[in-house]
Amino acid sequence: MTGAEMVVQALKDNGVKHLFGYPGGAVLPIYDELFQQDDVQHILVRHEQGAGHAAEGYARSTGKAGVMLVTSGPGATNAVTPLQDALMDSIPLVCITGQVPTSLIGSDAFQECDTVGITRPCTKHNWLVKDVNDLARILHEAFHVATTGRPGPVVVDIPKDVQFAKGIYSPPQTAPRTSYQPKVQGDLDKVKEAVALMAEAKRPIIYSGGGVVNSGPEASHLLRELVDLTGFPITSTLMGLGAYPASGKNWLGMLGMHGSYEANMAMHDCDVMICIGARFDDRITGRLNAFSPNSKKIHIDIDPSSINKNVTADVPILGDVGRVLEDMVRLWRATAKADKKVLYPWWEQIAKWRARDSYAYKANSEVIMPQYAIQRLYENTKHLDTYITTEVGQHQMWAAQHYGFEKPNRWMTSGGLGTMGYGLPAALGVQIAHPDALVIDIAGDASVQMCIQEMSTAIQFDAPIKVFILNNSYMGMVRQWQQLLHGNRLSHSYTEAMPDFVKLAEAYGGHGIRCDKPDELDDAIKEMIAVKKPVIFDCRVATLANCFPMIPSGKAHNEMLLPDEATDEAVANAIDAKGRELV
Amino acid sequence: MPSTPRAANWCDGSRAAFMQGRTINELAQTPEIEIHLMNAQLQPTGSAYFIAKETEKPENHTLSVLVDNEPGVLARVIGLFSGRGYNIESLTVSETEHEKHLSRITIVTRGTPHVLEQIKHQLERIVPVHRVVDLTVMAQELGTGGALARELALVKVAGTGEARVEALRLAEAFRAKVIDANTEHFIFELTGKVSKIEQFIAIMKPLGLVEICRTGVAAMNRGPQGM
Repeated sequence: MTGAEMVVQALKDNGVKHLFGYPGGAVLPIYDELFQQDDVQHILVRHEQGAGHAAEGYARSTGKAGVMLVTSGPGATNAVTPLQDALMDSIPLVCITGQVPTSLIGSDAFQECDTVGITRPCTKHNWLVKDVNDLARILHEAFHVATTGRPGPVVVDIPKDVQFAKGIYSPPQTAPRTSYQPKVQGDLDKVKEAVALMAEAKRPIIYSGGGVVNSGPEASHLLRELVDLTGFPITSTLMGLGAYPASGKNWLGMLGMHGSYEANMAMHDCDVMICIGARFDDRITGRLNAFSPNSKKIHIDIDPSSINKNVTADVPILGDVGRVLEDMVRLWRATAKADKKVLYPWWEQIAKWRARDSYAYKANSEVIMPQYAIQRLYENTKHLDTYITTEVGQHQMWAAQHYGFEKPNRWMTSGGLGTMGYGLPAALGVQIAHPDALVIDIAGDASVQMCIQEMSTAIQFDAPIKVFILNNSYMGMVRQWQQLLHGNRLSHSYTEAMPDFVKLAEAYGGHGIRCDKPDELDDAIKEMIAVKKPVIFDCRVATLANCFPMIPSGKAHNEMLLPDEATDEAVANAIDAKGRELV
Repeated sequence: MPSTPRAANWCDGSRAAFMQGRTINELAQTPEIEIHLMNAQLQPTGSAYFIAKETEKPENHTLSVLVDNEPGVLARVIGLFSGRGYNIESLTVSETEHEKHLSRITIVTRGTPHVLEQIKHQLERIVPVHRVVDLTVMAQELGTGGALARELALVKVAGTGEARVEALRLAEAFRAKVIDANTEHFIFELTGKVSKIEQFIAIMKPLGLVEICRTGVAAMNRGPQGM
């Protein structure tokens, strides 16, 4: 079997149905093999970055590894952004790169770059295959490393002569490497300690993250069970949205820099914090030395380096979130008979915070408020089989605040790296995995232009993605920071030459919609859903709206900036009928 | 040319009250302490707008790292140190078990206890890394003081007359071996603690020191147990 045949065989043996890629000189033998089979479908993107983000969207929405195939040199360097993105958000991504023939490596050959050197810090692991007889083993190992433990991206760099060379193919085997043994089962004594702490809590909070989604649907199920059993309030990071349903009665909304007032205040004032599959990112904690000063912290994570990295855990539990939650739920049922009445004063306090209505905004009948646009989008799509991706910026935060996620794997966003241009190709990847679903990229006018070329891919592969642009002509989040922290000097955050997005959609062969009137928005959204081809929706929103609430950089959770609407009168009327229901 | 639009001042009534009359700009321009950190530390504010001083004291620790001897493994280890802003004071690496293709890397690093713990966990995350042992911590647990650490140095000294005689006499005192010599130079081979080697080199300086080559620290713990 040739090396190129082995690549295709290894993809099949690892259950790969789709891969995203772009051909070039150093991967031609592999493309030749792909041409001669039908089991693995290749999605031809327009830029390698698009291939990476599409594979990420594919992975995030299915729980399987996303696969990308690119050529040497520029193909590999263009893959760097999605690789780092996948590393920071723990997305299983297998990237196969072509390389110049082994005899030319180091000679500054055409389209040569030190791929393993460049991608070493932005992958979980990478390999340069120098012998065709190592190829099958390495490919299987690559899938194993990418998908187990804390998931992440891997790169397999295959020189062209290795692709041509003949060797022996070996089928996949489990855990081939002795040095790589991620610990999945949590220490039972620690879990017991955690449950005992939780049973004593008067002001507890569960803070869940992307790890719950990564751990699989069972982990989300167990999380919901734990919340029901304990009656604890729950908040989640940006990456963890959907693990607990937004309609759930214990839901406080997202936390962090643009999280809800109640979630952040509850984090600040809690006495026991249960962090499940999250990593105390700076966008979550705010000012570290003022972060939740009076709480005992339980931290469940599969990555030992995440524990005690930013915040010291009182009860660290190293293990897979799903397994640990299973033990935790079982132990809680068996041992803890906590009276939920103990939590009443805490819920009462939360209801007061919630009454501030921190996501409030001033409604406008003339101009579409961006928050309103997201709300209408949600109301018109919540009954459908919907997947949401986003770019990065204000629109991303508004989407996280105002779109309610009921299930895991439905929300694809670039959290850790904050990659503008992520959403459109990610939507493409999601749509390839779920051809009948409604896939919407909630975008900003600046972000969407960073990978807009993938519209062409969407047309080619009949992927009817919907690109819903909140168009305010600004890099809104950049402008917001300039207003807050740089003396209102709006340095280069305004786009003076904006393309006509409707015409752009039509130029690609898609469908364009423009809307700038609030009363026309619902019909326009319905039109977007009805059209069975890629749509670019140019939603003209209020240009100067800013994203609140906000914890300014370097401030604590209880130093939030709130929108104007969260007035003191609102606080005075804190506990209304709705609030009492919760208590 | 169209001018850059300026947004209306967002800071008004209720928000201003919330900030006790100060604007965000004022808040931003009054960072408590402005100190730039050389190395990765626990940053108490997590923000470039409010940099605070590190309070933990850095310590020297010796780490033993057992790795698969494969291409790029050393680059992974040292890349982690440079990429995350950790220090390397000394680095020694060699294959120690040929059949299993295992190498042992000894790293002397400097950092606060918190950073040292991070370094260990980050090293453990590298796929070809089998084990990471902080020999300094282990020695403290064993109650043996510190880990045994030795270094080898080759020291070339050139000179004639009184200086030459003195160099040889001192070398004998330090139990350095002469491994090459002619009438104008010596090359000494010296093994011992880092402090001993530092001292020897300092003494040789006025006696015609030409060049030095050092291996870096090799270390293990006392007692019968393995790492």
